[in-house]
Amino acid sequence: MSNEDYLKDISEIKNLMNKSSRFISLSGLSGILAGIYALIGAAIAYYLVMNYSDGTLFIFHGWVFWTCMAVLLMIAVLSAITGIILTTRKAKKNNEKIWDITSRRLLFNFLIPLIVGGLYCMIILNQGRYGQTGGLMLIFYGLALVSASKYSIGDIKYLGYIQIILGLIASYYPGYGFWLWVAGFGIMHIVYGTWMHFKYDTK
Amino acid sequence: MSIINNINKLFDHRIRLGIMSVLMVNEFADFNMLKELLGATDGNLASHTKALEKAEYILVEKQFIGRKPNTRYSATKLGKAEFKKHIEALEKLIKKT
Repeated sequence: MSNEDYLKDISEIKNLMNKSSRFISLSGLSGILAGIYALIGAAIAYYLVMNYSDGTLFIFHGWVFWTCMAVLLMIAVLSAITGIILTTRKAKKNNEKIWDITSRRLLFNFLIPLIVGGLYCMIILNQGRYGQTGGLMLIFYGLALVSASKYSIGDIKYLGYIQIILGLIASYYPGYGFWLWVAGFGIMHIVYGTWMHFKYDTK
Repeated sequence: MSIINNINKLFDHRIRLGIMSVLMVNEFADFNMLKELLGATDGNLASHTKALEKAEYILVEKQFIGRKPNTRYSATKLGKAEFKKHIEALEKLIKKT
């Protein structure tokens, strides 16, 4: 065998290892859109709290609180739907199956930290410790990304690290929790989605 | 020790190399998954898995999922070690020239 054959072997091995263990059809565009939803949602919450509450960003009560919760839920649902639609489209283009062992494993590893985090945030809210939720959401979302990155495009772990750092800062300075949430879920998603879009989607 | 010693003849085929690559990063893979990933025919894949099984590089488990028979494969410790040696030998050969 010639040198070229060996090189071909190595690249074939790498290719198969990736293809059999990673689901790579995540769409960068869905990240951008998720970021935009988060910014719009944050703007609505900010407006409500400033005009109809006592002006502090992290103490809610009555309908303002519940409207903000509903907005939050809307952002999550819309982001998930957008992600599923765009990812399905991209998987088709890549000839990758949308529901196979790799995507199942990815989803499973992503959802465990996310669901635990979601439940924990609800418990914290129920206890009236509103200031911590921004940071906790960032931390658990970041952990979910790091855990999922082993089964997808490795790059998403860096987004995870950034979210975790922002979350820890937000836990230390709960007063900035809202703005750090905007930075993490809004701006970072847009920056990252754009980067991923140009790195992977425009080829 | 010569590097050529570490080039494993058993891995000198695209399908067998592929089977091992998949089993290095997945705990298990079943017959259909391998078939799809490698683009091999049933008979072709079966003969190559048999060769690897005979060398005790992979473990074959036959089971039923519901009523369907299902064959799944996993790499043995020996198989993983041999595969690593093979890759290292390949890398050295490439670097040398």
